[in-house]
Amino acid sequence: MYLFGVKKVIKKHPLALRWFHWINFPLLTIMIWSGLLIYWANGVYKIQVGDKTIVKFFPDGFYKALNVPFHLAKGMSFHFAFMWLFIINGILYVFYTIFSGEWRYLLPNKKSFKEAWQVLLHDLHIRKYEPPQTKYNGAQRIAYTAIVLMGIGSFWTGLAIYKPVQFSWMCWLCGGYSAARIEHFILTIGYVLFFLIHIFQVIRTGWNNFQAMITGLEVIKPAKQNTTTHEQA
Amino acid sequence: MSRHDYFSTRIKNVSKASFTKRIIFSFFAFALLTALAIFSWKWLNKQPTEQGALKPLRTTLETNEKIFKSTFGENKLSKTYTEKDAVKNVRVNGRIGMLDSIDVNAWRLQVIRAAGDTLKLSMDDIKKLPKEDVIFDFKCIEGWDQVTHWAGVPLKTFMQYYHLDAQMKMEYMGLETMDKKYYVGIDMPSVLQPQTILCYEMNGKPLPMNQGYPLRLIIPVKYGIKHLKQLGTMYFSNQKPRDYWAERGYDYYAGL
Repeated sequence: MYLFGVKKVIKKHPLALRWFHWINFPLLTIMIWSGLLIYWANGVYKIQVGDKTIVKFFPDGFYKALNVPFHLAKGMSFHFAFMWLFIINGILYVFYTIFSGEWRYLLPNKKSFKEAWQVLLHDLHIRKYEPPQTKYNGAQRIAYTAIVLMGIGSFWTGLAIYKPVQFSWMCWLCGGYSAARIEHFILTIGYVLFFLIHIFQVIRTGWNNFQAMITGLEVIKPAKQNTTTHEQA
Repeated sequence: MSRHDYFSTRIKNVSKASFTKRIIFSFFAFALLTALAIFSWKWLNKQPTEQGALKPLRTTLETNEKIFKSTFGENKLSKTYTEKDAVKNVRVNGRIGMLDSIDVNAWRLQVIRAAGDTLKLSMDDIKKLPKEDVIFDFKCIEGWDQVTHWAGVPLKTFMQYYHLDAQMKMEYMGLETMDKKYYVGIDMPSVLQPQTILCYEMNGKPLPMNQGYPLRLIIPVKYGIKHLKQLGTMYFSNQKPRDYWAERGYDYYAGL
């Protein structure tokens, strides 16, 4: 039934999750920015095929545009202060997700991988079929769980670089000091890629989905009601 | 239907008016918090600096030092390597306070035991003490690392031999180059760590000039900035001795 003056909504994102999400955004930005200031001091990574450099991390123009050069001390002072806030926010998020039961809609299940493939084909306009979903579809479940694991990875590799003698076992598990530094860097590149895809998908999905991350409520459109009823059955 | 069925537990009907109210309130709160975040960021960046770091960040670095000092074990050793792991071309970094030539016969290590009480030691005095090899992964604060081979007398052995027991109980050791243009301060637990050496050999040969001839510090639990070269003066204090890079915004502790 669709009553006049009444909206059917779904309580999509609990308040706590919205806080964690929006606090994480500037914190991760500061961590990536200060990390870049640190990385510059020994910015040696590149992708190379034979003798030919395909990608250099990073070109001089990129550094200059972002005012990166000669700010190692500044980068370290920010990185080692904001790391605490980033870690605390991450831990609170994980604990909330576990104890509230939200993990049920977040963790991938048996169907997720097949579903993620279907989502990909649908998003690329290869197939019309869109798999039914609850809070998140299979692709989202995988992506949002992966980002949590990546966070744990950044914490682990970060501590291994920060205190490689005191936490030598953590460093050892990373495959050594310089390996830990590379892994920490790759994870950061991963966040940037995640961010780009995330922004693109949010824009593509539209306003109703986006505003739910701020208000918590997503409006269920009459047409969509059928599919949800269908799925509940 | 289970308690956690997504749709059954979360769908509700709301009036359009209350939905609009919710949207306005949420976005207002969101804008307010964004403004607060921007304001906090600007406030932080406008804070006065202390030794080259913004005051709140300097305080945090000092807090981090306290936290990670608690994980410091004097007997927690850096991983050691074999001679063949050590590189032949050892990277040279940092020329501040370095002289071009030194007359080793005239050179003396000045150990200031107390004001007006200085012990002056020649290279021979130092070389007669038991020598230890340390082959470890040297880590520069810039981010690079190198397995390098050093040898010299452990600082703890040195201090015990010269009866610097009262000095060992002090909080810090200060070190300065011969021209006093480069200087570091190190907490005593790190000084007494068994792999910390007064080093005069690299790869089995006397230290090259640019690696700190005749005597330098090798301290594997610290970044390279603390491994002072061309050592001239040693002193002790319960206050933090002056430290070249800590004065320029870096963490004083610089512990690994």
